[in-house]
Amino acid sequence: MTLGQRRWMPWLYLLPALGLLITFTYVPVGNMLLYSFTSWDGLDVTMEPAGLDNYVRVFTDERYWRVFLVSGYYFAASFVQIAIALYFAVILSFETRFRNLFKGILFFPYLLNGVAVGFVFLYLFQPGGTLDTVLGGIGLGEHTRFWLGDPDVANISLAGTSVWRFTGLSFVLFLGAIQSIPGEVYEAAEIDGAGRWHQFRHIIVPGIRRIISLSFILAISGSLSVFEIPFIMTGGANGTRTFVVQAYETAFQFRQIGLASAMAVVLLIVVLIVTWVQRRLVPDEEVQLT
Amino acid sequence: MTDRRRFLGFGAAAVLALATGCTGGASEPGPADFSGQITGDITVLTNRTDLATTALPEYAKKFQAEYPGTKVTFEPVTNYEGDVTTQLSSGEYGDVLLIPNTVAVDQLGQFFEPLGTIDEIRAEYRFADEKAYDGKVYGLSLGGVANGFVVNKRIWAQAGITAPPKTPDEFLAGLKAVDEKTDAIPFYTNYKDGWPLSFWNSQRAVLGKADANETFPADPNPWQPGKIQHITDGLLFDIVHGKLSEPDPLTTNWEGSKPMLGTGKVASMLLGSWALPQMRDAAKAAGSDPADIVFWPFPYQTDGKFHARIEGDYKGAVSKTSRNKATAKAWLEWFVTESGFAADQQSIPPAVDQELPAALKDFQATGVELMELPAATTNSGKEDQIMKSSEIDLTGNIYRQKLVDIARGAADGDKDSYFAELNKRWSEAQSQVMK
Repeated sequence: MTLGQRRWMPWLYLLPALGLLITFTYVPVGNMLLYSFTSWDGLDVTMEPAGLDNYVRVFTDERYWRVFLVSGYYFAASFVQIAIALYFAVILSFETRFRNLFKGILFFPYLLNGVAVGFVFLYLFQPGGTLDTVLGGIGLGEHTRFWLGDPDVANISLAGTSVWRFTGLSFVLFLGAIQSIPGEVYEAAEIDGAGRWHQFRHIIVPGIRRIISLSFILAISGSLSVFEIPFIMTGGANGTRTFVVQAYETAFQFRQIGLASAMAVVLLIVVLIVTWVQRRLVPDEEVQLT
Repeated sequence: MTDRRRFLGFGAAAVLALATGCTGGASEPGPADFSGQITGDITVLTNRTDLATTALPEYAKKFQAEYPGTKVTFEPVTNYEGDVTTQLSSGEYGDVLLIPNTVAVDQLGQFFEPLGTIDEIRAEYRFADEKAYDGKVYGLSLGGVANGFVVNKRIWAQAGITAPPKTPDEFLAGLKAVDEKTDAIPFYTNYKDGWPLSFWNSQRAVLGKADANETFPADPNPWQPGKIQHITDGLLFDIVHGKLSEPDPLTTNWEGSKPMLGTGKVASMLLGSWALPQMRDAAKAAGSDPADIVFWPFPYQTDGKFHARIEGDYKGAVSKTSRNKATAKAWLEWFVTESGFAADQQSIPPAVDQELPAALKDFQATGVELMELPAATTNSGKEDQIMKSSEIDLTGNIYRQKLVDIARGAADGDKDSYFAELNKRWSEAQSQVMK
């Protein structure tokens, strides 16, 4: 191999990956940035430049940034989700009867298509639907309400659906991490007289800290960009409109691709900032179990 | 260094490919060329996925018999609006297609061939100006519909009302009587599916003014008392506020609502006359009498008379990129006038010399005057622009869902505060657009 060959050979191997990355990630993002400075409607041959107008509008018009508040429901729900996932991951990583069956059951919702999940829960939340029937059956009939129609609980219902769907994902992440902790560590701990709680507190949690931290990053960016569940179940009506649903409507219902691109850029920046702040607060430390 | 340059070149090529791909389909409008033989293959895009393998090929067979050597292929599109809008920018969108509503009137010339001047087309067809720009018509309606209430007259009769109410108050009183004397839900909004809420925008003719579309964008405050939005949206508000609509609007279901109206579980809905055959079929399937389902005008009279807007359904157009425009135009004209499609669908035939369907003759017997509202010419396209920039979707459901939410107490505000907000947002955008 000559010196020249050695120089360009790595690029040759990188080419397919780079080509895909550039074509499907950086070029579209570049286009989006470009659109966000125009008042393009997504169809016209000419794109009228709009300067910073779109960004000014996103930040000054209350209707655009207020929808971020809805993310709060999903953010709160993600704590519930992580707690449930962690609980089951710990229990099922020890010897339990029907262990694999339960693993399957917990992971199953994540395999379902998001649209299907939306429809299933639409029927669940209907007046006189599954949820009302179950509540009535166990003597809590007086607590039934319009799960989606009542503005006080609509977002909680939707966030609950989101928990149901994504717990499986957090669960497998935690389970995998817990199982990578060597078994001798538990044995040693047991000999030293550590109970299950102490094992959890001092072995499991430090051992999977990285995955927990990753889960929180996913939870934050996920709750900022919630789309399919409210879009399918309520179409964003009744105060359940999230930022992405709003951006979708702006782009495709009102044909303001420029403004919607600006919203997408703002969302991207917000997610980047939040992730950066979080990494500063929770530094990524090496895990030491020995 | 050569390596890096090559790599940059690749990136630039990708950018160029995408940029041209985005705008490749459109070009400046030129003169229409329909000369040439009526022969060869054409592709027709259709939103009627239910008819694409049944009724439509039957029509095509007749056309091919009349014009030997032609072949018509249908391409059914399930999510018509969205998919075809995307297809438009690719340049490949069949020879004949329905004009998606996302195309603004001033963009029609970028994608479709002009079929003639408004005056020429109007002599032969109804709804000539609905997809026209600058005096040129780009689409022929496949059929027309009237607007009003689809009601179950058996239920209304049980409540003691047999003739269409004449004022919004009378209508509300009627709904209240239905609520008290029957088990039916008096009015069904179809809030969850959303699009049925858009029919509240199709009642502009009730004021009896033919120039309503021209004057609408000139008005900065359409939600003021006495104006059209106050009348229509106000009635919707009062219905919901009076608890005369379905208890949980978030779980409505369009397909499910058809048998509900058919069997009398629901007494009324605001829709187009196209819904009549569907509701009657649903009634028959559920074992009820299809004759119970009738069509009533919007409860508002001007000069002692009901007025109902009739308007064209989707407009068929010849695509600008078609390689067989002569056959495409021949098919479009034949399909609209001679195929019998409009009559089969019980819609108003597009050709001016053909008769109204039976259902609409009954409707006329209630004393309603059917009115075509010509599209705006001086203010052409302005209303769309105001809608876009104010984000008040008169033709959609987003702001009306909010209206329903406020009316049922699920969102802050009341009728006056919401109408004031709408007026404010509308007039801000209106002053920008109309300046």
